[in-house]
Amino acid sequence: MESAKYVSQKISKTRWRPVSYSSLQQPDIFATGSWDNEENKVSVWSIGNLGSSGLEDGFEGDPQLICEQKHDGDVLDLQTMSICKHWARAHRYPSDNAPSTGVACNSPEIVTVGEDGRIIVFRADQEGVVRVIENADSSTLHAVTYLRTTEVLTVNSIGQLKLWDLRQQSNSPSQILSLSRDRVPLYCVDRHPNQQHIVATGGQDGMLCVWDVRQGNMPFSLMEAHSAEMWEVHFHPTNPDHLFTCSEDGSLLHWETSSPSEMPSFLQGGRNSNMTSRSAMAPAGGNQSIISAWLHGDSSKSRLETTHMLPSQTLSVNSLDVLGQCLVCGTDGEAIFVNRQVPV
Amino acid sequence: MEEVDVEPTVTNIPEIRHGKHMGFAWGPGDILVYETHFKPSGYTLSGPGGSFIHKVRKDEDINSPILRKLFNESHHIFVGLQTINDDLPSKSKRPQFISISRNYRSVIRACMEELQQVAVSTRDTEKGTQYGNQVSILLAIELIWNLCEVLFIDAAPAGSLLLHLLDWVRLHKADVDEKAKDVLQSDSPAEHHNYWDVVVSYVLQGRLEEARQMLVKQATLQPASRNMYKLMDSLLSKMPFYNPGGTQTLTEFDVKWRNWHEEVDRYLKDNTFASNRHLELICKILVGDEDTLLEQKELLSTWYHFLVTRLLYSHPTVKPTDLHYYAQSCLTMFLDSRSVQEPLDSILLAAFEFDIYLVIKDCSIVLNNWWFVAHLTDLLDHCKLLQSHNLNFGSNMREFLLLEYASGLFTHHSLWQCAVDYFDHCPELGRACLELQIERVPLDTERKALKVLRICEERQMSEQVRSICKIMAMRALRNNRLGSALSWSIRAKDAAFATLISERFLQDYCAKGTFSDLDLIDNLGPAMLLSDRLTFLGKYREFHKLYGEKRFKEAAKLLLSLMTAKIAPQSFWMTLLTDALPLLEQKEVIFSADQTYELMYCLEELTSSLDTAASGGERPMQEEDVEQTKVELLRLSLARNLAMAIIKEGTVET
Repeated sequence: MESAKYVSQKISKTRWRPVSYSSLQQPDIFATGSWDNEENKVSVWSIGNLGSSGLEDGFEGDPQLICEQKHDGDVLDLQTMSICKHWARAHRYPSDNAPSTGVACNSPEIVTVGEDGRIIVFRADQEGVVRVIENADSSTLHAVTYLRTTEVLTVNSIGQLKLWDLRQQSNSPSQILSLSRDRVPLYCVDRHPNQQHIVATGGQDGMLCVWDVRQGNMPFSLMEAHSAEMWEVHFHPTNPDHLFTCSEDGSLLHWETSSPSEMPSFLQGGRNSNMTSRSAMAPAGGNQSIISAWLHGDSSKSRLETTHMLPSQTLSVNSLDVLGQCLVCGTDGEAIFVNRQVPV
Repeated sequence: MEEVDVEPTVTNIPEIRHGKHMGFAWGPGDILVYETHFKPSGYTLSGPGGSFIHKVRKDEDINSPILRKLFNESHHIFVGLQTINDDLPSKSKRPQFISISRNYRSVIRACMEELQQVAVSTRDTEKGTQYGNQVSILLAIELIWNLCEVLFIDAAPAGSLLLHLLDWVRLHKADVDEKAKDVLQSDSPAEHHNYWDVVVSYVLQGRLEEARQMLVKQATLQPASRNMYKLMDSLLSKMPFYNPGGTQTLTEFDVKWRNWHEEVDRYLKDNTFASNRHLELICKILVGDEDTLLEQKELLSTWYHFLVTRLLYSHPTVKPTDLHYYAQSCLTMFLDSRSVQEPLDSILLAAFEFDIYLVIKDCSIVLNNWWFVAHLTDLLDHCKLLQSHNLNFGSNMREFLLLEYASGLFTHHSLWQCAVDYFDHCPELGRACLELQIERVPLDTERKALKVLRICEERQMSEQVRSICKIMAMRALRNNRLGSALSWSIRAKDAAFATLISERFLQDYCAKGTFSDLDLIDNLGPAMLLSDRLTFLGKYREFHKLYGEKRFKEAAKLLLSLMTAKIAPQSFWMTLLTDALPLLEQKEVIFSADQTYELMYCLEELTSSLDTAASGGERPMQEEDVEQTKVELLRLSLARNLAMAIIKEGTVET
């Protein structure tokens, strides 16, 4: 199912080009960004059309390069938008340029964060910077995502999630959440596609944390996922019972959860030996069907399954993206893997 | 010192003018060269010196994007090979080794094909020649590897040996199929000018079925000679081939083959095919006539093809140990006075002589990159074919080659990550080399530093972890990113650095009166315990918070404990005592009598140490005055507080 294509560049980010939900097409074009090269590139690839008949099971077209574009410095994050622009020197230190580590788009607004601890807001139709939140963080901000149209969530090197309300003029976050134990740096964050208060993060210790932003200061569940840094976490955009994570230890995990139908969540409790979890408090409104399966936390009851998606051990998997039934990921072994039959 | 086997190549450095002296410095994989002002006597060249430093690199391949795929894919195969279970005896692992060898070869072939495509399609002639050269090198490499696989890894005994060699030759002589395709696609194949070439080539390669099919076409055109063709057809079909999986023993096969050989010889002596020179030629080949074979030099094109064909038709049961006799004689026969023995030929000859070391040595000299020898040696070592005799610098050959290869990889800006795995599998010197190299990887972004750190931590290289974290922390500190700096020192468990950062925070506080980066200090968590200064910082901030929340009693207790438990540095005591002032001045008694005594004690300790310090140095009058005033204020407040506290504690509530 998986085929590796070696591309002579270490891949730091891959993203599918979005397809409209109405069409039943599977995505076939993705972009990759490279890093650690003397000349880094953003390349666009196409995986061609699947054979129209279902008999062509397992037909794998190699990704073909469509075009590429030079990029100064390592590509640290990619988002797809319909317009393209270049803002130089947005992130900087007093004496030097600082790497920008994360980008989030909510057309036409673009938010970036960087190692200089700044949050910068751009608009696609304006030349200059729209807003800068100086000194948003004393440590490096690693990732950013939109929670609502006016709210963004950032994660940093000291294990904190910060919620920023962009409508307000203040330079401080509206909320800070963190683990009460070791302040492990967090590297990635993703929001549940339907329920905007549920957020998943991953960090240096490879633990997958699911948070409920409305409630309290604590993650809802912690799961041991990887043995090294987790670089990316993604909810499946249309089927959010599925979650994907990739890590420095060379594995890509597919998490599948299903909510049990027998017991209401607040009656479940207990601990699992390799999972620390909190049993759910009954949320306001209490209708079980709205409760996300992710907030149950107890694997034995909510049947959380994990599968490895890559055939064998590779160097670090730096990035993944999933859309429909297609998964693409890029590794430090300079290979791209495409899987077109992800069971979701 | 060994004598040099080949003449060293001369590389001209552009931009350094002729006659100027060059200075140089060795780097890990290259040389830095620059122009000097040195004027040997007699020279009158003058003028400004060149202002460039030139980097001269021997290994071009590492920068080729297509060859990079070779490095990465073979890295994957290499790692897989190392993890094969060592418990099983080598015999049962042989099929695994063979399949790994085939994997390596298929990777080489894939690269070769891609290079070939690019070479053909490029318009730049210089690049085209360069690609072409790389393709021919890869071809040679694959040829050698394949032969090594047949002879060393597969180690086929007599009988199967020839079959494998036949496969080897067939694989590397692809033009026969192309010619055959041309011929078959023409209107009248039997009259195509290449027809007989194709038939003879098939016979030379032992592909008798295909030869027979081709001959049928000729036979239909010449009904008069039908009998001759039928005879030839039957001869070709009756030639025995050894079947390794069958029940026939080698001796039985040998007997059968000799019978067939005698039959063919009889027909030849009877001049059965004399009227058709082509069939006569084929018959002579079948009988194994050396002169006839030599006449087919053009079709054979290489001496090793000649060797295999000769063996096929004269000694099909050749033993591996006898191979080199035939190889040497074939080589000599094939090369006439005009052509010279190429390096490739000597390498193949060494392989036929089963001299693995010579093969590896010659390959190392000829190729400009250690990739081939490193991987091949590693595979042969796993097959237990290399005796572990030590070279005079302490490690065996496999390790030496792997280290050379990996060190070369490390100089590459991107492939260094692959190199790490190679070092891991060099038990003697690998770790030491890795420790040296990993510190020199340039760290441009945090993400790269994290990856390097992960590599070091997995291998318990604590020195390197500390040094890398220190570099990143210093950089963060210089850019005023105190939170980043702190998170780096936490990772390295570097108490000294954490102390440094806390000092910075405290200095900032003294200068500005407020804390910066509250989000960090408020949320230190267990990291606070890393260094005393850091703990103090956290607790001090807590004091401020308690004060802000008007929980004075707790604040007071905390403040006192900071001094009595000696968590606070003495230099800061003045500030702490000054912080205590507003608490002392409150209407309500906050400090108890005991606590007040302790505060006084602290104050006395402080002033006495200040006195001893002041008596030595000169301090400006103003500063002394301020200090004096502060101390006096404190003494006054303390005394007043003591009074109130004693009264309060002595009062009995009614």
